[in-house]
Amino acid sequence: MTPELTYRLCLTLSAFLFAVGVAGVLIRRNAIVIFMCIELMLNAANLAFVTFSRYLGVLNGQAVVFFVMAVAAAEVAVGLAIIVTVFRTRSSVNVDELKLLRR
Amino acid sequence: MNLTIILLFLPLLLGALLNGIVGAKFKKSVSALIGVGAIAAAFVGALTMMPAVNGGTVDDQAVWTWISAGGLTVEAAFKFDSLSMIMALIVTGVSLLIHIYAAGYMSHEDQRGFSRFFAYLNLFVFSMLILVMGNSFLLMFVGWEGVGLCSYLLIGFWYDRERKEGDSTWPAEAAKKAFIVNRIGDFGFLIGMFILIATFGSLNFDAVFAAAPDAPDAPLFWGQTPLWWACLALFLGAVGKSAQIPLYIWLPDAMQGPTPVSALIHAATMVTAGVYMVARSHVLFDLSGVGAIVAWVGIATALFAATMAIASFDFKGVLAYSTISQLGYMIAAVGMGAYAAGTAHLMTHAFFKALLFLAAGSVLHALHDVGDIRRMGGLRSKMPITFWTFAAAAFAISGFPLLSGFFSKDAILVYAYEHNTAIFAVGAVVAGLTAFYMFRLFSIVFMGESRDADLTEHAHESPLVMTIPLIALAALSVVGGVAFLGFGESGPFYHALEKVFHGEHHAAPFFNPAMLISTALGLVGIGAGYAMYRGKSAEALQRANALVQLWRNKYWVDELYDRAVVRPLKWLSRSALWRVIDKGLIDGAVNVSGALMNAVGSILRFTQNGMIQTYAAVIFAGAVLLVLIRLL
Repeated sequence: MTPELTYRLCLTLSAFLFAVGVAGVLIRRNAIVIFMCIELMLNAANLAFVTFSRYLGVLNGQAVVFFVMAVAAAEVAVGLAIIVTVFRTRSSVNVDELKLLRR
Repeated sequence: MNLTIILLFLPLLLGALLNGIVGAKFKKSVSALIGVGAIAAAFVGALTMMPAVNGGTVDDQAVWTWISAGGLTVEAAFKFDSLSMIMALIVTGVSLLIHIYAAGYMSHEDQRGFSRFFAYLNLFVFSMLILVMGNSFLLMFVGWEGVGLCSYLLIGFWYDRERKEGDSTWPAEAAKKAFIVNRIGDFGFLIGMFILIATFGSLNFDAVFAAAPDAPDAPLFWGQTPLWWACLALFLGAVGKSAQIPLYIWLPDAMQGPTPVSALIHAATMVTAGVYMVARSHVLFDLSGVGAIVAWVGIATALFAATMAIASFDFKGVLAYSTISQLGYMIAAVGMGAYAAGTAHLMTHAFFKALLFLAAGSVLHALHDVGDIRRMGGLRSKMPITFWTFAAAAFAISGFPLLSGFFSKDAILVYAYEHNTAIFAVGAVVAGLTAFYMFRLFSIVFMGESRDADLTEHAHESPLVMTIPLIALAALSVVGGVAFLGFGESGPFYHALEKVFHGEHHAAPFFNPAMLISTALGLVGIGAGYAMYRGKSAEALQRANALVQLWRNKYWVDELYDRAVVRPLKWLSRSALWRVIDKGLIDGAVNVSGALMNAVGSILRFTQNGMIQTYAAVIFAGAVLLVLIRLL
């Protein structure tokens, strides 16, 4: 397998994972699943970053990946806390029911 | 000099703030002590000016640069010359006596009112000192507006009082009237300042006066020079503040305020601001040729107001018209160019008119605020100190020989005799009328028998805190002329002013036809006023022929203004300004823009459906769109 092909496969996988994430965010109603799909998109982006980093022979992409992972971890902490609180008060994590601010 | 500035301004400002903000928690004695102490400090400050100013020329003292915009610079700076020194001494000296008097006069107020009163009084003196000490027209205007505000606050001091039976007005209404009428004059002052900036590029007195001889001759308007218009506009300011025709109407109503206020603001100090302003700008008025207008407005006011004073039945009303009349004298003097004489009359008038008002206050205090002289009479024995001090002031204002009014009034009349015989003739008649109405009042109130025994039965002399200022002012009214003005040009007053009004001539007021005529008329007036009204019954006082009827109704000027100005303005405001412009145009514009927002919102609302996934889809679509645009 040539390096070229490896890069192509990696980027295709990244695009595929991102598409799955987007579809999940748009289609699913369960907040936790939506949350996981967002994580999926972030990691798809991470994959693209490291791929390009290796392809171009620079380290910037890898550095960014660490930032993304750190932010994602923080996001998980906050996001899950919010979802748990919402579940406690409303006994549901269906996002269609979370539209109190609507007129 | 810095000490002087600090003493003049800081204690008064602090006194006003203390009494104004936390005064309600003080005791009355503390409030009075703060108020009187502050003005005493200011008086000391005015005294500290004397050695330096008498010794020579003192530069303007700048405190900080207030405005610096383009070519125009205005500094917060104070002028130290003999004119500002004399004004500061008069203002703080008379104020000090009146503050002491007020501590007794206002003692029946509750603590809130008492401290509020002293806060206003201190603020007034503070503003008045800025007016007389400022070294530019703008700084003078700051004081000008400050005293106007305090005048408004103090006329309306009893703002919750309603119209008393038989009164034509009440405090809140009188305060509004004074403020609004003064606004017309202030408008003139503003226009005058604008013309001065446009012509000279400065408002500093020295700079403007130095440049005035080279002022452009090109007509500004109706064939008159900018200087002429500037002076006329400034004079309009003086007409408002000093209650001259046609803007005098606010001053009689201003008597709704407490009597110490009438004495301080509406007799001794604030209303003389117009005279001071013209005297201060004498360089401009000399060059402009507006003087004749000024002089004729002044002397016409003097005559006009004196006739109304003859017919009035309100104690303070007579004094109010007398004040307008005497202010007319001063304005006539400065209009003719007799600046030192006008300023001299300003000073003596401050003494005897303040005294007249304070004595009136003493009487009103004893009679429970009844001001109708038809119910008075025979107060001579009940209130001996008030009687004697009032008599001193009445003789002084009538120009009785060797009393203070004699020196200043005759200085004006002698000057008029030499320069403008017509004005002298009117002035001499007014001198006679002044003596007449003053002794009419004197005779009715103090002599004969009481006309309302129930009212005057319990009248008693006022406490010492009120009578001591009366005695002090009486002493000044009697010897003020000899001591300060002296015979001819010998007095320290004229000597000091020589440096400001270069080379004005003062004739000796003795053995001069003008002096003899006016003094003779004054003595006739004294005799006639005293004899004609002595012991007259209330009914006899009431009787009046057509002329007196006209005077008693004040020439129907208030009614005329009401029909000519107030009612049309109200009608215009109600029908056009309110219904059409305010409700139609302004409210309409607001309503239309509101309705527009509603309409747009009702469409845009559909995008805000509260569903997170819809938003996410829109974001995704936007991202795709951006990528597509980038690629294509």
